[in-house]
Amino acid sequence: MSLTNRTKVVSNKRMSFLERLYLPAIFKGMVITMKHVFMKKVTIKYPEKTREFSEIYRGRHVLKRDDEGRERCTACGLCALACPAEAITMVAAERQPGEENLYREEKYAKVYEINMLRCIYCGLCESACPKEAIFLTKNIVDSEYGRAQFIYGKDKLVEPVEKDKRIDVSKRQTPEVLAFKKLPNERHNI
Amino acid sequence: MIVFLIFKTVLIAIILGLSLLIAMYATLVERKFAGFIQDRYGPDRAGIWGILQPVCDGAKLFFKEEYMPNTADKALYILGPSLTMLVALLTSAVIPWGGNIAIGGNNFSLQVASSSIDILYIFAITSMGVYGIMIGGWASNNKFALLGAVRASSQMISYELAMGLSIASVIMMSGTLSLSEIVHQQESMWNIAYQPLAFIIFFTCALAETNRAPFDLPECEGELVGGYHTEYSSMKLGFYLFSEYINMFISSAVISTLFFGGYHMPFINDLGLSQNVVTLLGTAFLFVKIFFFILLFMWVRWTLPRFRYDQLMKLGWTMLLPLALLNLVITGIVMLLV
Repeated sequence: MSLTNRTKVVSNKRMSFLERLYLPAIFKGMVITMKHVFMKKVTIKYPEKTREFSEIYRGRHVLKRDDEGRERCTACGLCALACPAEAITMVAAERQPGEENLYREEKYAKVYEINMLRCIYCGLCESACPKEAIFLTKNIVDSEYGRAQFIYGKDKLVEPVEKDKRIDVSKRQTPEVLAFKKLPNERHNI
Repeated sequence: MIVFLIFKTVLIAIILGLSLLIAMYATLVERKFAGFIQDRYGPDRAGIWGILQPVCDGAKLFFKEEYMPNTADKALYILGPSLTMLVALLTSAVIPWGGNIAIGGNNFSLQVASSSIDILYIFAITSMGVYGIMIGGWASNNKFALLGAVRASSQMISYELAMGLSIASVIMMSGTLSLSEIVHQQESMWNIAYQPLAFIIFFTCALAETNRAPFDLPECEGELVGGYHTEYSSMKLGFYLFSEYINMFISSAVISTLFFGGYHMPFINDLGLSQNVVTLLGTAFLFVKIFFFILLFMWVRWTLPRFRYDQLMKLGWTMLLPLALLNLVITGIVMLLV
C-alpha cells in the first residue's frame, strides 16, 4: 500500500556490458543537454523587464491618507500588536488645534517605524487596522547599504498628499476583504 | 633566410596571440553554453552578447590582491602557475596549422617547427603540465591544495598511458611521428574512419589531461575548495584558469590533426583554386574543427557529473588501458593481414 503510485523499486543488479561502457548513457545525456540549449530560457532580464506581480502582492507598506489628504492612522497600536515579527513601533501624539487638515483622528502617530528586515510581509497589520490606514503594496523594498536604512519612518511610509501620486490599494480592498473585516471575531475593525 | 625568419616570427606571434584570444573567448563561450544548457542566458551585460566579459574578467584578475600565504615556498609558489602557462603555450609549436603558403617564390609551411618527432614532443610537453599543478599545490602549503596536486599527478599518470597507447595505433598505421606527414596521409580518408576506438580513448584521456569535467578532480570545488589553486589569487590564479582553456584549444587541435584530417577540407582540390587560397581555406577549416571540439569539451563538461576518485582510477586502468592495448593488437593484426 503506497500513498502515491510513484514508488520505484531500487535494484542493485550488475550493469550489462553496454551499460558499463557508459557511452550510450553519456550520449543520451548529451542529447538532453543539447535539447535544453534550444529551449525557452527562464531568465527574466531584470532591469529591462520586471517580473509580473500579483495584483494583491504583499510588498512594502503604505500609510494611506483619506480623501481630504489627512493621515488615517490613529496610532492605536493594533498593527504593532498583530505583527508576528514585531517590526512595527510607533509613538502617539495628540492632534493640536489647527492640525485638523493633517490628521483625521484626534490622536495620530508622531513616529511610525517599520523595520523592513524584520517584516515578513504577512499582511496581518493590514487586517488588524481598524482605520484602513496601513496597506501592503506592489512596490518592493529597495536595497540599501546598511541595516539602519531599512527602518522606514513616516517619510517613506506615508503616501503623498497629491491625488495623482496616491497609491492605489483598491485591489487589496475587495468586497470580500471588507466583508471579512466586519466578521464578528474581527470586531475591533468596526 | 631572413624572409624565412620573419615569416616564422610572424607565425609564432599570430599563433601565440590566437591561442590567447581563443582561450579568452572560450571562457565566454563556456559560460554562455553552460547557461544555455541550464536554460539561462549566461553573461550578456558587458557589451552586446557579453563580448566584453572576458576583458572584464581579465581586468578583474589583474586588479585583485596578490596574496601569498606566508607559509608558502615563495619560489615554487610563483613557478607553479608560470610553468603551467608556459607548457600550455609550448605545445602549439608543432601543430601544422595549414599547408604551404607561397610568398615571393618561397614556399613556407604553416607549422612553426616541423620535426620528425612532433607527437613525442607534444607528449613530452603535456606531461610536464602536471608539474605546474603539482608544484603549485605543494608550494601552497595547504592540505586541500596538496590533495588536489596529488590527485592531479596520479590522474595524469594513469591517463597518459592509455593516451599514449591509443596514439600508438595511429602512429603504427601512418608509420611516422611527424604531424605534417600524418595530416598529409589523411588526404583521402580521415584517421577516424580507421581508428574510432583510438579516438574515443584519446578524447576521454584528453578530458582527463586538461582537467575538465568529468575528470576535474584536481580542482573539485565541492570537496577540495578549488584543489591545487586554493591558495592562489590574482593573475597567478588567472594563469591556472587560463592555461586550462589553452590546453583545451591545443587538445582540440591535436585531436583534429590526428583523427580528423587536420587542415584537409574534403573536395577542396576539385575546385581548382590557387595554392594560397587552398591553404588558407584549409586553415579556416582546421579552426572550424577545433571550435567543434572545444564545444564538445564544454558539452561533455556540462552534461556529466564529476567521477568519484576510485571510479576515475578504475576507468583509467581497467577500461581505457586494456581497450587501448586491444586496439593496438587489432591494428597490428589488420596491418599484418592487409
